[in-house]
Amino acid sequence: MGIIDYFIKKKQPSSASVAKERLQIVVAHERNHRNQPDYLPLMQQEIIEVIRKYIEIDQDQVSVQLDDNDDCSVLELNVTLPDR
Amino acid sequence: MAKIIVVTSGKGGVGKTTSSAAISTGLALRGHKTVVIDFDVGLRNLDLIMGCERRVVYDFVNVINKEANLKQALIKDKRTEGLYVLPASQTRDKDALTHDGVEAVLNELAEDFDYIICDSPAGIEQGAQMALYFAEEAIVVTNPEVSSVRDSDRILGILQSKSRLAEQGKQVKEHLLLTRYNPERVASAEMLSVADVEEILAIPLLGVIPESEAVLKASNQGSPVILDENSEAGQAYSDAVARLVGEDVEHRFLEMQKKGFLKRLLGGK
Ligand SMILES: Nc1ncnc2c1ncn2[C@@H]1O[C@H](COP(=O)(O)OP(=O)(O)OP(=O)(O)O)[C@@H](O)[C@H]1O
Ligand SMILES: [Mg+2]
Repeated sequence: MGIIDYFIKKKQPSSASVAKERLQIVVAHERNHRNQPDYLPLMQQEIIEVIRKYIEIDQDQVSVQLDDNDDCSVLELNVTLPDR
Repeated sequence: MAKIIVVTSGKGGVGKTTSSAAISTGLALRGHKTVVIDFDVGLRNLDLIMGCERRVVYDFVNVINKEANLKQALIKDKRTEGLYVLPASQTRDKDALTHDGVEAVLNELAEDFDYIICDSPAGIEQGAQMALYFAEEAIVVTNPEVSSVRDSDRILGILQSKSRLAEQGKQVKEHLLLTRYNPERVASAEMLSVADVEEILAIPLLGVIPESEAVLKASNQGSPVILDENSEAGQAYSDAVARLVGEDVEHRFLEMQKKGFLKRLLGGK
């Protein structure tokens, strides 16, 4: 290993810090979904079917989330449309 | 009244049975009358780790089905006073542990024992949920590795929603037990550190058990590793048990040890 490789290698994040970062993201995501009602995945699926009647979209272009606030719940629906 | 503690993890093979054996032995050594129950129906293993596999006559499912009473099924540990083992059944019937049956057995044990330790099977299905349902405290066994940490977080979610205490609007007391920890690999940033795992899971740290050859040796002999007082793993389990009963003990074996020449020569672990 040349000295230049050595310095390039040093700059890359360590194996453990990559692991930590990935974990933080996935765990936060799963915690968000944890308290959601059981019907949500099915509802998301049906919403996707409906949109697909009109526009070609992928599974991951739709996200459905229920946010519980103190006095009301907000159903958030995000659809990313493909470039035209 | 007994305190019911589940040893759980989500992911398989992270050290639940090793930890259940060590912790129940440690509690009994401190004079608490303790029973350790193998909830891993179909994959009985606690008996081997406790070294009582040849004395199993009746099991947990026999008691639930009233084919035997508790007295007949409990195995008195030969090494440690005040310690009993309730072995799992080897049946392939996954639904052998009924909710009411488990509750009845735990209630009967609770009259006699100070601690009931439940060794959970891997996974998040019925077997694991049954093992944790009645628990007041949970020891979440985690390895410093991405899939184990993620699964631990999932099991925490189940503890917080599907346990009896959660259903009553209360909280199961959670403990993090980090096992198979390798300080050398943490030092070279190849492995998640204690601090990393604590930060992600955000539950109090009960102990850190180093990766140790003493564990394999102990399993081979059928003697819980906590009885190997010279091993780091044994000492780390002793510390964890002290913390479990409320003592304030400093964490050890977190840092890389610089082995002296002589120690290396003699193969010190
Ligand atoms: N601190 C440690 N150092 C070295 N090896 C260990 C340590 N802890 C556990 N092991 C090893 O890891 C393996 C799995 O341990 P164990 O059977 O306790 O896990 P488990 O979580 O009960 O598994 P399962 O999910 O199958 O029930 C065993 O071979 C055991 O010897
Ligand atoms: Mg096990």
